[in-house]
Amino acid sequence: MMFAATNLFCERDERVLFSHLDFSIAAGEVLQVQGANGSGKTTLLRILCGLNPDYSGEISWAGQDVQNIRETFNRHMFYLGHSPAINKTLTPLQNLRWYCASHGFSDDAAIFMALAELGLVGYENIPCYQMSAGQQRRVSLARLLLAQAQLWILDEPFTALDKQGVTELEGRIAAKAKAGGAIILTTHHALQLNCPVRVINLDTLIGAAK
Amino acid sequence: MWQWFYKLGSPRHFYDMTTAFLPWLYGITFFLLIVGLVWGLGFAPPDYQMGDNYRIIYIHVPSASIAIGGYVMMACMAAMHMIWKIKMADIVAKVTAPVGGMFCALCLFSGSFWGKPTWGTYWIWDARITSTLILLFIYVGVAALRSAYDSESSGAKAASVLTLVGVVNLPIIRYSVDWWNTLHQSASNLSLRVEGTNPPEIWIPAFFMGFALFGIFLLAVILRSRNEILVREKRTQWVQDLLDRDVQEGLQRA
Amino acid sequence: MKSQRRTLNTTACLCAGLQRELLLALRSPGNTINPLMFFIIAVSLFPLGGGADTAYLSSIAPGVIWVTALLAVMLSMESLFRSDYEDGSLEQLLLSPQPLYFQLLAKVFGHWLVTGLPLVLLTPLLGLMLSLPVAGYMPLMLGLLLGTPTLNLIGAIGMALTVGLSRSGLLLAVLVLPLSIPVLVFGAGVVDAALNGLPVAGLLAVLGAILALALSLAPLAIGAALRISVN
Repeated sequence: MMFAATNLFCERDERVLFSHLDFSIAAGEVLQVQGANGSGKTTLLRILCGLNPDYSGEISWAGQDVQNIRETFNRHMFYLGHSPAINKTLTPLQNLRWYCASHGFSDDAAIFMALAELGLVGYENIPCYQMSAGQQRRVSLARLLLAQAQLWILDEPFTALDKQGVTELEGRIAAKAKAGGAIILTTHHALQLNCPVRVINLDTLIGAAK
Repeated sequence: MWQWFYKLGSPRHFYDMTTAFLPWLYGITFFLLIVGLVWGLGFAPPDYQMGDNYRIIYIHVPSASIAIGGYVMMACMAAMHMIWKIKMADIVAKVTAPVGGMFCALCLFSGSFWGKPTWGTYWIWDARITSTLILLFIYVGVAALRSAYDSESSGAKAASVLTLVGVVNLPIIRYSVDWWNTLHQSASNLSLRVEGTNPPEIWIPAFFMGFALFGIFLLAVILRSRNEILVREKRTQWVQDLLDRDVQEGLQRA
Repeated sequence: MKSQRRTLNTTACLCAGLQRELLLALRSPGNTINPLMFFIIAVSLFPLGGGADTAYLSSIAPGVIWVTALLAVMLSMESLFRSDYEDGSLEQLLLSPQPLYFQLLAKVFGHWLVTGLPLVLLTPLLGLMLSLPVAGYMPLMLGLLLGTPTLNLIGAIGMALTVGLSRSGLLLAVLVLPLSIPVLVFGAGVVDAALNGLPVAGLLAVLGAILALALSLAPLAIGAALRISVN
């Protein structure tokens, strides 16, 4: 067991989003968080990655509370949120260089390879505002290939991608799981992964708690 | 002792304890206020220099110390809220900001009404007046920041951070303003008289008034806190029960 | 092409953050130029509003330049976190394994290099326009050199607290201006002291001490405030 949440409780605007939420995820597993709009999927993922401290319960990484090992956890965790985290006035290369540096390494060759794999050859030095939403999303996803994280937390990763992009990303998620990574994700799209997927449904969870 | 503190940290216990404590606070405050006012306004002799004007000091000096003490209290509450996430500390910090700001404003207004007959002007850039004015600005900033947030919990945390930044900054501001005042010392060398030279007939009522105003400050903070508790806990069973009981009593009287 | 991953030490990571700030300034020059233009225009309003008498202007010059610099720095803060907040880079910054304290210092330092430093370099020109006596130039610039980073750090706290709010401009002023008063007082005081033939080293030391305090504490407050704002 590498990543676990115990007795998680979160309340927002006097509404309980989830309570007594327990789950754990080990290497090689994919966990899909389901629920209707407003059920707290994004809030849950933000709590798990450490952006939202408004919860009670315990989140642990390798047996230690993440609050005590924040920097270690951040080194092993990759979070993809709704916002692309790509500055539009900078080029993909500049954006990704900063991302790599903030994770403690520099590797231009890998950046070029990641961009090539996402079909962005020739766009390396073009400001991101000149690219389409889907292409910007691909720049954002290039970080997945650069990060050496064991745990991926992906919030709606398929947004703005075309059909081919979706298939490729699904392939990458399955490959990551096979390679011993762990993935927690939300999506409204019907996942077609060639690896087992566990599901947590926040709607039924609340129903059970009541 | 610790358990008592611990209990005070729970809104419900704070509410219950203050329910028992409030009548006493009302009584003591009004007693002090009436003694202080009657003695200070009716019996204390006029000052040989300032005549009757000095009586404004009975309001002015206590409100100045309450304004400063209120900020320190608010900063302690903000720290408790940040470190231990005590909800009650945030409630008290929230309600203290406007009350402390009001005492700051009261201090400035009473000071300027005292200044007109004494110094011949409503406003001078004296070091103490200036730092009180800046304290008022900071109170306003804390309250404005909190109200700018839609989310109660984010607003609470943001206000706590600003309160703590302010408490680090206030001594520096005070020091800088003192220094600035000596640099720009104006021709008229104005200063308050040393308090110790006043006869007891003058400073004993000031004592009463000081505690009376402090009581008013506490009353305002406690009453506003109780109000805030009811608003925040409106969905809990004990507040529902409390409201039901009030409605029942109202019906019986009608 | 073969991947050659080089591990960077903390300093190199901070340099990358600094480099990004400078690149951003290069790509959106308005963020650098507009505060400077505001600085020049606002200073030139004082002779127009108060009279162009040389003696009068030279008497108000230190105060006017310092107050206007304070306002210009505050207006420049908007660009520090705004775009990072909107595009999500701020979240990645908070989730980065590098120490947040130093990353924020690098960010504010980068911001100072593109807004504060040009402002300091511009002041001799404005001193000339306000007939500042010759003895005032050096103390004015030294004071601003020590004071503007502090103003940037205080402004960054205010900006971090308000970046999540839709209308933050005026609120930022209400929060930040009172906290900036010590810097203003000692900064303008340095120039006054120099013009009156008094020693300025002690006052510059006070400005330096305030800067040291801000450098050590402000990043903590900025970090705490940013964590609140991304929620």
